[in-house]
Amino acid sequence: MTAPTDIPLPLRNARVHEACGPGAVSFAVVAAARGGDVLWVREAWQTEAINPVGLSAFFDPSKLLLAQTKNQTETLAVAEETLKDGAVPLVIIEISRPLNLREGRRLQLAAQAGKSTGLCLIPEGMGSNAAETRWHCTPVFDSGDSTLMRWKIIKNKSGTLGSWHVRWNATSHRLDVVSPAGERPGSAEASD
Amino acid sequence: MWFPRLASDRVLRRHPIDGPFALTLRQANTEGVHCFNMEAERQGLYRGMSFTDARAFCPNLQSRPADPVGDARFLHVLRRWATRYCPWVGIEGDDGLVLDITGSAHLFGGEPMMLTDMRQRLNRAGLTARIGLGDTRGAAWALARFGEGRAEAGQPHDTLAGLPVAALRLEGKTVIALQRLGLRTIGDLEGAARPPLARRFGPDLLLRLDQALSRQPEQIAPLKERPHYGVRLSLPDPIGLFDDVMAATSRLLDQLCAKLKAQETGARGLCLTLRRVDQEAQTVELRLASPLRDAARILPLFERGVGEIDAGYGIDQMRLEATQVEPLPVHQISHMSSGRADRLNDLISRIGTRIGLENVQRFLPADSHIPERGFIIAAAAYSEPGGPWVALRPRPLRLFPPEPIVGAGPRPPERFRWRRMCLTTARATGPERIAPEWWLPDENWRSGLRDYWHVETRQGRRLWLFYTPQNPGWFVQGEFP
Repeated sequence: MTAPTDIPLPLRNARVHEACGPGAVSFAVVAAARGGDVLWVREAWQTEAINPVGLSAFFDPSKLLLAQTKNQTETLAVAEETLKDGAVPLVIIEISRPLNLREGRRLQLAAQAGKSTGLCLIPEGMGSNAAETRWHCTPVFDSGDSTLMRWKIIKNKSGTLGSWHVRWNATSHRLDVVSPAGERPGSAEASD
Repeated sequence: MWFPRLASDRVLRRHPIDGPFALTLRQANTEGVHCFNMEAERQGLYRGMSFTDARAFCPNLQSRPADPVGDARFLHVLRRWATRYCPWVGIEGDDGLVLDITGSAHLFGGEPMMLTDMRQRLNRAGLTARIGLGDTRGAAWALARFGEGRAEAGQPHDTLAGLPVAALRLEGKTVIALQRLGLRTIGDLEGAARPPLARRFGPDLLLRLDQALSRQPEQIAPLKERPHYGVRLSLPDPIGLFDDVMAATSRLLDQLCAKLKAQETGARGLCLTLRRVDQEAQTVELRLASPLRDAARILPLFERGVGEIDAGYGIDQMRLEATQVEPLPVHQISHMSSGRADRLNDLISRIGTRIGLENVQRFLPADSHIPERGFIIAAAAYSEPGGPWVALRPRPLRLFPPEPIVGAGPRPPERFRWRRMCLTTARATGPERIAPEWWLPDENWRSGLRDYWHVETRQGRRLWLFYTPQNPGWFVQGEFP
């Protein structure tokens, strides 16, 4: 079983990570709550908007910049430019079609050059091989708490895989890793 | 130089109209005639009459609303044009120019030739102008408006004596009072005894008289030339390589930035025009997220635009202009003012060259309890990060257009299907009633009140549902973290 302290967070700097699943956006805002400016790159046609009022429970929305692009090519160009520049420590990229190896590698190189972190929000099953880690995030129902989530790391280039239950503490603005009650190793899927 | 029909001439230059034409201006809640053309004057229109009267006088009158700001701008353009005759050009009222041509008349072959030249050029431009020339500013004013012509040097009295007293730049009241006294012309006034006049009308009348007859000096205040932020470079041989063009741009930028620095301003928009050997011109436009005058920071922003230029047979002339300029005072640099904001602005400019500066946005709080209107999205380059964000109740992280689900009754359904998922309600918190803002019509809120529920499903998803009691139906509008 994975111990709560093993969770590889914060995300490794100067690399590009991936998050998928229904809780990917929550994962992104928790990653952004670490501090510093955030650039959120998304395609303008997407109807699901980010709600800054909801965001304010995690971090100050005035630190968020939004780049609305026409298509994924522009999204990637903006992301690469920003990662290479390094003025913004975290770039969140919403991906709508799978990245090929070249695109993924270019993002990694840009992040390395600018020493900033990238986080791609991908539709399920569209991961790229170049990603440093890939997280699968799902919200979990819990009778006593309404922020419980399960974060599962399903790809890790420099570590092991694992699964954690986390909850967001809104008063202290930090992430609590909790051990799920009544769950044994291997029964992680039982709660579904 | 007086332009009696400046406003209407300006409009007619662009859209020529045969027949009577007038510009209307709304003043004191009535539509009045502001300016009209010759045709309309012949029909008996006068300035300031109400527009309905004018229509009655002249049924086929065509009209258009006046634009006094545009007229003032046009007058400034004319002022700049008039500097071809002499460097001292000022503006007189809202439809006149005053030129001090002392010492420059001989360049045009004497005063009469100069006047002919002015008239010809203005005629060709389609402007009605009346030009008076005299020893003093007052005499020129009088001649331009009452009896066009030119006063011989040294004898202003002879020319002016026959003109009415209104030519002395007096108030209407004074003019009427003088006429009642029987002093109708300047000659009459000149012949009258001065002390009683001064006692009755104050010193202003005599001052104007003296100014017209060159007994009192009067200056012309030329308008200050606005600083011009444009530089150009002509090349002996055409260039076409990217590096060459960038090197030339760098030289232009250095000059421009020196100009900006001298004026303590910074460029917000730049336009680089590249003229090719075959007379084709191509432009690279650049908009910046903050005013800048640092050549080293602006130059890399041009790389993308210059890279896309088709040089053809080569470029032999380049022009760089700051199209938008903002004041940028010198700042004290301290250890506190890190370059963070600068770096961020540079980044916004750089992204803006690719996706458009208005597509880099930030959120600003707005005062509304309607969830979709609780924030404003503003272009990051033209706004400052805004103040406190307050969420009185938990709000979802994602909002989407309401998606209908099957459900009945005011309590959230036990089971429902949403996006092809079967979900079971485990806990529902609510309702929170939000009423539409009746003062702002909104299509989406036609269905009336909304009762919002925070529904946690057994499957994990935490959704924001609402029920519309006035128009029963259930919808999903957002998702919580």
